[in-house]
Amino acid sequence: MIGFVSYLVFFLILALTFGIAVLGLNLQWGYTGLFNAGVAGFVAVGGYVMAILTGPARPEVLGGFELPFVIGLAGAMLAAGLAAWIIGLMTLRLRHEYLAVATFGIAVTIHLICLNWEYVTGGTLGLIGIPNPVRAFSDSVLMQNVFYLLIVAVAALVAFVALERIVQSPWGRMLKAIREDEEAAASLGKSPARVRLESFVLGCMLMGLCGALYVGFIGYVSPSDFLPIVTFQIWTMLIVGGSANNRGALVGAILVWGVWVGSGFFVSRVVPPEIQAQGGALQAILIGLILVLTLLFRPKGLIGEEVHVSRHAQL
Amino acid sequence: MTRQTQKPVLSAAGIVAGYRPDLPILHGVEVAVTAGEVATIIGPNGAGKSTLIKAIAGLVAISAGTVLLDGEDITGQPAHQLARLGAGFVPQTGNVFASLTIQENLILGGIGLGRGEAFARVKEIYQRYPMLGEKRHDKAATLSGGQRQILAVARVLIMRPRLILLDEPTAGLSPMAAAELFQLVRVLAADGAAILMVEQNARAALKMSDTGFVLAEGQNRLSGPASDLLADAKVGQIFLGQRGAAKKAAKKAARKSSSKGANR
Amino acid sequence: MFMQHFADGILSGAIVALGAIGLSFTMKILRFANFSHSELLTWGGYLALIFLAFAGSFTDLSASKISPFSFGWPMLFAMLGSAAATSLLAVLLHYLVFRRLARTAGHMTLVFASFGIALLLRHLVLLFWGHDPIYYSNELQFAIRIPGGARVMPDQVFLLGLTILVVVFLHLFLTRSRTGIAMRGVAENPELARITGVNVDWIIIWVWVIGASGAAISGVLYGMTVQLRPELGFSLILPLFAAAILGGAGSLYGAVLGGLIVGLSENLSVMVIPSTYKPAVPFLLILVILYFRPDGIFGERK
Repeated sequence: MIGFVSYLVFFLILALTFGIAVLGLNLQWGYTGLFNAGVAGFVAVGGYVMAILTGPARPEVLGGFELPFVIGLAGAMLAAGLAAWIIGLMTLRLRHEYLAVATFGIAVTIHLICLNWEYVTGGTLGLIGIPNPVRAFSDSVLMQNVFYLLIVAVAALVAFVALERIVQSPWGRMLKAIREDEEAAASLGKSPARVRLESFVLGCMLMGLCGALYVGFIGYVSPSDFLPIVTFQIWTMLIVGGSANNRGALVGAILVWGVWVGSGFFVSRVVPPEIQAQGGALQAILIGLILVLTLLFRPKGLIGEEVHVSRHAQL
Repeated sequence: MTRQTQKPVLSAAGIVAGYRPDLPILHGVEVAVTAGEVATIIGPNGAGKSTLIKAIAGLVAISAGTVLLDGEDITGQPAHQLARLGAGFVPQTGNVFASLTIQENLILGGIGLGRGEAFARVKEIYQRYPMLGEKRHDKAATLSGGQRQILAVARVLIMRPRLILLDEPTAGLSPMAAAELFQLVRVLAADGAAILMVEQNARAALKMSDTGFVLAEGQNRLSGPASDLLADAKVGQIFLGQRGAAKKAAKKAARKSSSKGANR
Repeated sequence: MFMQHFADGILSGAIVALGAIGLSFTMKILRFANFSHSELLTWGGYLALIFLAFAGSFTDLSASKISPFSFGWPMLFAMLGSAAATSLLAVLLHYLVFRRLARTAGHMTLVFASFGIALLLRHLVLLFWGHDPIYYSNELQFAIRIPGGARVMPDQVFLLGLTILVVVFLHLFLTRSRTGIAMRGVAENPELARITGVNVDWIIIWVWVIGASGAAISGVLYGMTVQLRPELGFSLILPLFAAAILGGAGSLYGAVLGGLIVGLSENLSVMVIPSTYKPAVPFLLILVILYFRPDGIFGERK
């Protein structure tokens, strides 16, 4: 029983952490219509900054600040936001397909930097020894995790409530107007480009927060934590849950993460050890299938709202 | 055999159609054209004139009604089949491939034919329209507006259609080019094709047509010989609304009484 | 050194060019950025293994090699077979996924779906063939010296020659055959093409076949001159997009030129930046082009 609870806690920590990133993506895509294909990159920025700020001194690598957990989180969010601001200035006026290609390229570039800029990122080995604040609260690993789950759950809740408030605010209504008809929205006063940038930055800050929380929990960070599959996972969570819907974002996160973990379990139990690595491909195949099937048969996701439907469905 | 007793080449009746199935633009419209006849559809903006001709051409979904070509039901046939069935359509905008040469444009017109036959018919077009032959390897983008219209019509002629549909063929053309085009249309009718046009320039179109159909708000309002429609004050009313039409009628009456005698 | 990088640039540019042709056409005619196109290269390369094995049951592969190349007629057979099989795969994906979505949803849904399909295709390769790199043959080749101090393998010369052949063939197809002219017509104005009598659905199938065949040949050539590995296609996503965007969607020569520029800039760049950052070069190219021309080089506003 304890084992099950312990596993459930572990599961929920990760699911909700991803959920925060999905909320960010939902703001960008569901509410603003921005196609960010480089989610993993911004999560990575958050994760690495967290590791650098809170981690101990490391030989030949930037570090030793040993700042508190919360500062680390804030720093991660700021860094991700800054990166988003710079990138957004360069790319947001691109139309959809090109924005997808550009943001994809950014994630690849960030990944390259994580692999190679050893002074800052520790290269392929990454950074270890990231302190976890909950260790001070209890000796039992289970209780520690429960505390961490509390932290993550609070963060997710705050993000959720904040987003719900924001989208109902005048700023949020402007977002909706831009998505529907940009020219008309521009005539109302506020610059659509500026609002889009703000939305992009805010969404990426949430992704940075996800990265920071993830890294704070796991205790180390390496480039292989932020492969493009992460971007796919988060997008699938969003689509399965229904876009333009914050509740759906969180539900999608839990569901898709459940499938991922469940299938991983299945693979490790059923697949013979020699071909485990190949069996691991099954997880990705499953996620890919879910994404495509959801798009084909339930484009509104599970708790859907409107979907970006073209007026010219003609080919 | 008079035109009235001939069986129509095109016979469309009860047409309900629109770009979205829940929002029909046409509410039960009918038109008919016989061989050698030029029929024009006129009407105020938003009447559904273009929608009607596009529906006949298979580009807009028809939810009720039938379209018969020489008695054969072609309702809802996919647009690319129409050329092979004997109906050619010249759309209003984007009616030639600007990035292709004149020859390539014409070749595509014959896509439903065997290769040899298609090339032979292209040669025929060059004999008939030497201007196209001279410029055959030039890109269509280099043609003037009027020349493009001729290419657009020529492309349709490759399939030797029994029915030719034209959507505002003189839009954007100079008065001289427009007159040339109307001339061309009359020649095609004289060769035996049934011609259905949509025209914004109602007066000029009616003058060179045999029959007119007046549409408003997606329904037939008046139909009949073009000469009758030209003289009918009700046509003006439909276009301009009550007040405007009354003013126009008054002006016309004043002019008539002061001039020697009008043609029509 | 320069000449070697230059030669490598041309060769890698040729591979990108062949792959980009299909991407460019589908971007223009189907109007979405297909992130799964690169996986057609991967599958093309791996499917050739099957055809090669099949041929190998009839003949001794090493004995049939045509000197100085590392392969013989079985490889050519495998290439053709792979092109056909990859075309089938592409058409299947079109019918099952892309066509249905295009009818009911917007462009970005198609892009999503292509992400999902790319994931599927890549990991299916992993599942069937595993992680490790695979080579078509273990034949040794002797490098040819070319002026400037560079060395190229005979297989690489074959690569260049075949690419030129394919491009010439496509040019003739697009200008002399009625199907090719119809394809150009559809690229410019699909509705007018329909009105003219062109069966646009058929043309779209042709586009997939040509694109997939180019991708398959590119994948086989990559496998021949470098190696086969599951990330083959993924590592080419950015170069392919860069080439297609540079050359303008829908342009055969644009894709070829774009491919060459991408290949050259990637390989020449290592003379100034650390080679580990080489994969970022196509991306930088994309950013630069799109900064000056947000709709692509010959793009039209929607």
